[in-house]
This record gives sequence, structure tokens and C-alpha cells, in this order.
Amino acid sequence: MILTNIEVIPGKRVVRHLGLVQGSTVRAKHVGRDFLASLKNIVGGELTGYTELLNEAREEATERMVRQAQAAGANAVLNVRFSTSSITQGAAELFAYGTAVVVE
Amino acid sequence: MQSLLPFAELIVFAVLLLVGYVAGRIAEKAHYRSIRKREKLFERVTVFSNRFPPTVSQPFQATLVCGSVVVSQDYFKAVAAGLYSIFGGRVRSYESLLDRARRESVLRMKHAAMRKGASMIVNVKFQTVQVPGSGVGAVELLAYGTALRPLA
Repeated sequence: MILTNIEVIPGKRVVRHLGLVQGSTVRAKHVGRDFLASLKNIVGGELTGYTELLNEAREEATERMVRQAQAAGANAVLNVRFSTSSITQGAAELFAYGTAVVVE
Repeated sequence: MQSLLPFAELIVFAVLLLVGYVAGRIAEKAHYRSIRKREKLFERVTVFSNRFPPTVSQPFQATLVCGSVVVSQDYFKAVAAGLYSIFGGRVRSYESLLDRARRESVLRMKHAAMRKGASMIVNVKFQTVQVPGSGVGAVELLAYGTALRPLA
């Protein structure tokens, strides 16, 4: 499965468009991490735990999108976009979407 | 000791401010050093915000690459920003924090591209999100784009 965030794959021709595919996941962080983060708020710096958490979540959203594309018979997803939104206190939705296509 | 008790809160505040300032400054300097070093190291990968590479005729292998980082403010920066918000104007303490984080996210994206043998990244997008939650001042910076590996 080829993923790009441009409308084409350089050097390859799109044979068929299969429409929008999407994947999302909602993740909450646990209290322990929150407590550690609030301590880190005193000295500043990277919150490695959160970086990992969000990365994992984004990967999962991407994977769900890829699975949907595979189910539609695509071999590439073009113009992939990410969006993150906080829905409630302590939980975020990670969303990935793109256009599923068949390339030669 | 007894006479200090009414000022306990003030003392805690001052200590937090000092710890935040010192630790924050040290961490910031170290981070900038490491950023500059890695920016030299990853110079070979060129990053474009253009949608298409300058040489389209060449065949490429394309992959999506991401780089992200979650950074938190320190106590001093938070207090300083609070003061700035009274008088308005440029919030310098956050400017450097975000600059550092954004450069870090680009470096991580470049690192991912380099591991895939790419020579450039096109159509780079940035996203900044406040991490939701109970008073934790943190933002996530995400950079992503399409890494292109030239096919010989």
C-alpha cells in the first residue's frame, strides 16, 4: 500500500479512483501519565509519554484507513490528511483520511 | 520557622519559579545545540512545501512520513506568559518553545525519510494541537509530507 499526501504518485499512473477512505481512533490518557505530565510542567521539555501515545494512535488511525482502502481493492491512498481534535477533557480523536486509488 | 508560615505559599511559588527558570533554560540550550547538530546531519534531505518535486520527470518511490513531538511549558514560561497576557504583545517565552518543537518535528520527519533512503520531502504540512486535559500545558506539533526516493 502506497501512501502519499500529494495528488499523484510520481512516475505512476492512476488507473481508477475508489473514493474517500478514512480511519479514526479516540484515545484517552491515564491519570498516572497526567500526574507525571503536571510535574513536567514545572521544568518543561518533551512529554515523551504523550508523544508516543499520539504517535501510536495516529498509526492506528492510518492502519484503519489502509484496511478500508484494501477492502475497496485499492493499492494506494493519495492526498492523505491528518486531523486531531480534543473531544472531552483528556481524550483526543485522531483522524486520517485520503483518496483510495488503483495505480498501475 | 513559625514566622515564615504565612509566606509558605509565596516561598513555594518562588522556588517553583526558580526551578522552572533554571531547568527550563538548561534544557532549552541543550535542545538548541542538539537541533543545530542534527539539522547539519540531515542536510541531505531537502524539505519542500511545494506539492510537487522540482524534477517531476524522474521516477520516484513515494511514502508518507511523519514527525511529531509533544512539548510542555515550564513553570517560569507559564507565569511569564500570564504576565504578558495582561499587557499584550509578543510572548517570547512561548515563541522559543514552539520554534524548538517545530524544528524537532521536522527533524524527526527527516529522520524517518532518511531511513527510507529518500532525498526529499514534498508537500509538508504542519499541525499544532493543544493536548486536551486537566490543566496540563502541552502542545503537539506534527509535521508530515511525502518522502521521495529517486529510483535509479
